Amino acid sequence: MTFLFYVAATVAVIATLLVVTRSNLVHALLYLIVSLTAVAVVFYTLGAPFVAALEVIIYAGAIMMLFVFAVILLDLRSDEAERVPARAWAGPAILGTVLLVELTIAVASSHHGGPGAAVPPQRVGETLFGPYVIGVELASMLLLAALVGARHVADQRDEREGPDAPGSRPSDGAAQ
Amino acid sequence: MIAVVTAGHGLVLAAILFAIGFAGLLARRNLIVVLASIEIMLNAGGLAFVAAGARWGQADGQVMFFFILAMAAAEVSLGLALAISFRRYLGRLDVDRAERMKG
Repeated sequence: MTFLFYVAATVAVIATLLVVTRSNLVHALLYLIVSLTAVAVVFYTLGAPFVAALEVIIYAGAIMMLFVFAVILLDLRSDEAERVPARAWAGPAILGTVLLVELTIAVASSHHGGPGAAVPPQRVGETLFGPYVIGVELASMLLLAALVGARHVADQRDEREGPDAPGSRPSDGAAQ
Repeated sequence: MIAVVTAGHGLVLAAILFAIGFAGLLARRNLIVVLASIEIMLNAGGLAFVAAGARWGQADGQVMFFFILAMAAAEVSLGLALAISFRRYLGRLDVDRAERMKG
């Protein structure tokens, strides 16, 4: 299990590096799927099979599908590829390295880094719908708000026509 | 199944992924890649929660990952809707185009 963890961790780090460095958007998104799937394997080796399944189904499945649909809708063929000059990476790389060193020192200097224990999905469900049930309700309200907000922000209607402009949304008549 | 992976190594992996996402967020100008970098950072935060929860054998870490997942789904749906609106008004998906308000 430890060997599996290090293989998956290496794949996750390499794939994530490729995500932030590729100039081709679709390639970057495909590497992000690889990275999320590798993190799902990491979750499994950490003794969290429920979270590993959620990572594959929701992150690598649903959220990445949203990204791919956005790329399809945006029709990016006319955009030139983004070129990031090497000096643009200098500042972020330095700041990221400093952050990484700080976090690694903080983890290494703590006395709680022992081996973990597996948590079965039954206990996750009992905790989720026991003491945290109000959080589940709040998450559902958050998702509903995001649904309404996304529908509003991505609305095709031109602002100058106003909300009651005739003919601005020909599909409205069919919906009513 | 007994997990034998040291929780500290999971936390270090979370730190590495967070740092990569952070550098990508600062360096890239494409709005979709910026959103993907935010997803990487959120995922790294969730990994830290799960690793810490596994260290103590508690389910709370996985519950927190569930909430982070719901928040990430809400954030990315709004972010991609903003990307579609952004491209309609500003032409290209370059975040530098939005450096002026009402511009």
